[in-house]
Amino acid sequence: MGSQNLVVCRAGEGRLTIAGSGAWTADNATRLESCIDNARPNDAPRLEIDMGDVEEFDTYGAWILERLMRGDGRPRQVSLVRLPEKFHDLVEGVRRTNRSAPARPQRVVWPLALLANIGRGVEVAGAEALRLAAMVGALVALFGRALVAPRRFRLTSIVHHLDRVGVRAVPIIILITLLIGAIIAQQGFFHFRRFGADDYVVDLVGILTLREIGVLIVSIMVAGRSGSSYTAELGSMKMREEIDALRTMGRDPLEVLVLPRIIALVVALPLLTLIGAMAALIGGGIVASIYGMEPSLYVARLREVVSISDFEVGMIKAPFMALVIGLVACTEGFQVRGSAESLGARTTSSVVKAIFLVIVLDGIFAMFFSSMGM
Amino acid sequence: MKDTDAPKAIEVTDLVVEFGRNRVLDHLSLDVRTGEILGLVGASGGGKSVLLRTMLGLIRKRQGRIAIFGVDRDKATLQELQTLERRWGVLYQQGALFSSLTVFQNIEFPIREYLRTPQRLMREIANAKLEMVGLRPEDGDKLPSELSGGMTKRVALARALALDPAIAFLDEPTSGLDPIAAREFGVLIRTLQRTLGLTVFMVTHEIEALQTICDRVAALAGGRIVAIGPMPQLLEIEDPWVKSYFRGVRGAPSSAPVTP
Repeated sequence: MGSQNLVVCRAGEGRLTIAGSGAWTADNATRLESCIDNARPNDAPRLEIDMGDVEEFDTYGAWILERLMRGDGRPRQVSLVRLPEKFHDLVEGVRRTNRSAPARPQRVVWPLALLANIGRGVEVAGAEALRLAAMVGALVALFGRALVAPRRFRLTSIVHHLDRVGVRAVPIIILITLLIGAIIAQQGFFHFRRFGADDYVVDLVGILTLREIGVLIVSIMVAGRSGSSYTAELGSMKMREEIDALRTMGRDPLEVLVLPRIIALVVALPLLTLIGAMAALIGGGIVASIYGMEPSLYVARLREVVSISDFEVGMIKAPFMALVIGLVACTEGFQVRGSAESLGARTTSSVVKAIFLVIVLDGIFAMFFSSMGM
Repeated sequence: MKDTDAPKAIEVTDLVVEFGRNRVLDHLSLDVRTGEILGLVGASGGGKSVLLRTMLGLIRKRQGRIAIFGVDRDKATLQELQTLERRWGVLYQQGALFSSLTVFQNIEFPIREYLRTPQRLMREIANAKLEMVGLRPEDGDKLPSELSGGMTKRVALARALALDPAIAFLDEPTSGLDPIAAREFGVLIRTLQRTLGLTVFMVTHEIEALQTICDRVAALAGGRIVAIGPMPQLLEIEDPWVKSYFRGVRGAPSSAPVTP
C-alpha cells in the first residue's frame, strides 16, 4: 500500500491535470500532502482534478482535495471530474469546514510580556493572600457560631480526621524524629568531642529538638502528609460538583468539610509534636549511649539544662503551624478547577506554600520569644 | 436473520463475564455486520456497558470468543492489536476527554500518536472534524471543563472519529442531551456513518434514535441477547421483557396497555 502512486500530474498547454489514485486515507495523508505540494507550483491557469481512480477515501483525503480545490490564492479555474458517487457526501461535508482563517495568536514584545507576567504574578499573589484572609474570617465566624450551637462541631467527623491525621501519623513521625535526634547527637559528639565537651551534646539535642526541630519536622511532615490529602480531597470533590451539592442542600461546605479538618489538625499537631520531641530525645540518648555516655547521665544532664520554657516554646507553636497548614490546604482545595492538571498543581502548591509559611512563622516566633526572653 | 452474507465486523460467541459469583453476561452471542448501525438496549445495570467494555478488552471474560474484523484478542499479536485499535473509535458515556488538554489537542491526540501528520494538516483535520460534529472553530481552544454536556459529547465523538476509524463504539451517545440535540446528534452519527462507511455499535436508551438511525436493534436481558432485528420486527417479538421495554412505542402492538 505504501509504495503505490497517489497522484499523477500531467501538464498540458495552459492546464495541469492532477489524477488521484489508490488510497487517499489517513495513513497516506502526509505523503499525499507533499505530492500535491510538489505538483502545485505550476502557473497553468486551469487545474483539473481527476478522482476516478481513487479507491479508498476518508476525511483526510477529502480535506486535502478540498484544500487543493481552494487553491493557493492564484487565480485559476479548478474543475473536479470523475468523483465517485459514494465520496460526494464526504467532500460536501468537508467543504463547509475550515472556512474562517484560524486566529493567529497575538505577538507581544518580550519586555512587555515580562512586565505583564510580573503584573499577573502580583495580582495572583494578592488574590491568594486575600482568599486566605477570607478563609480565616469565615472560619472564625463559623467557630463563633459553633460555640453557641456545639452540634455544628460535628464530633464524628473530627474524630475521623483525628484518626487519619493524628493516630495514623504516629509511626512515621516517631521514626523520623528518632532519626533526627540521633543524627543531631551524632554530629554533636563528632565535633564536640575534640574539645572534650561531650556534656554539651545533651544541651544541643535537648534544646534544639524541644524548641525548634521537633515542631518544624513534624509540621513539615504533616503538611506533606495531611495537607496534601486535604487539598486533593476537597479538590476532587469540587471537580465532581460535590461541594455544590452540599451547598444546595443548605449546608456550608466550610462547616461540613473544612472546620472538622482544621480542628482535627490543630488538636493532632501538638500531640504529634510532643511524641516527636520525646522520640528525638530518645534517639539522642541511644546515640549518646553508643558514644559511651551512661543513660542515667544523659537524663540527669537533660533535666539540668532543659527548662520548661524550651518545651513551652515548641508546644505553643504547634497549633499555629496546624492552623496555617490546614488553612492553606483547604483554600487551595477550593481553588481546583475542572482539570486533573489543576488538581495536581493545587496539591503541589498547597504543600509548598504550607511548608514555606511554617518556616516563616517559625522565624517570627523565634523573634517573638527572644524579645519575651523565653 | 435473513441476509448473513454481509461480512461481520464484530463476532461475539458464547461470551461469559462474571464479577465474583455474579454472572453478568451468560453465553451471549452477537454479530455486527460491516457498515451497519447496531443499537443495543437493555435494563440499566443489565450489562450493556459490560458487553461494550469486554469487546474493547477493558474487562476480562470468563469464556467465549470476541473477534473484531476477524481479530481475536486472545490470539492476536501485539502488532495486530495495535492495528485494530487504530481502526476503532470509542465514545465514552462521560466523554472521557483529557481534562488538561484543549479540545483541539484532544482531537489531535490520536492523530499525533498514530500518524506522522504535519502540524498544519493535523490542525486543519482536527478543525474539520470539529466543524463536522457541529462545533465552531473558536471552541477548539477551550478546555473540557468549559464545555457543556452536549458539547462534550460532540468533542468526544470528534475524537472517536479522529482517525477515520472503520468501527465506532458509542456508549449512550445521546444520554443527557435534550430531545432536539439528541435528534441532531443521531442525524450526525447517521450522516458520518454513511459518508465514512462506518460500522457503529451503540448502546442507547433513546427509542427515537433506535427507530431513526439504527439498522438493527439488539435487546439484552438476563445476560443474553433476547431479540435482534430491525426495529419494526423487534416490536412484534413476544418476549415479555422486550414488550414491556417498547411499550407505548408507536407501531408497537396495541394490546399492551398504554399508561397515561
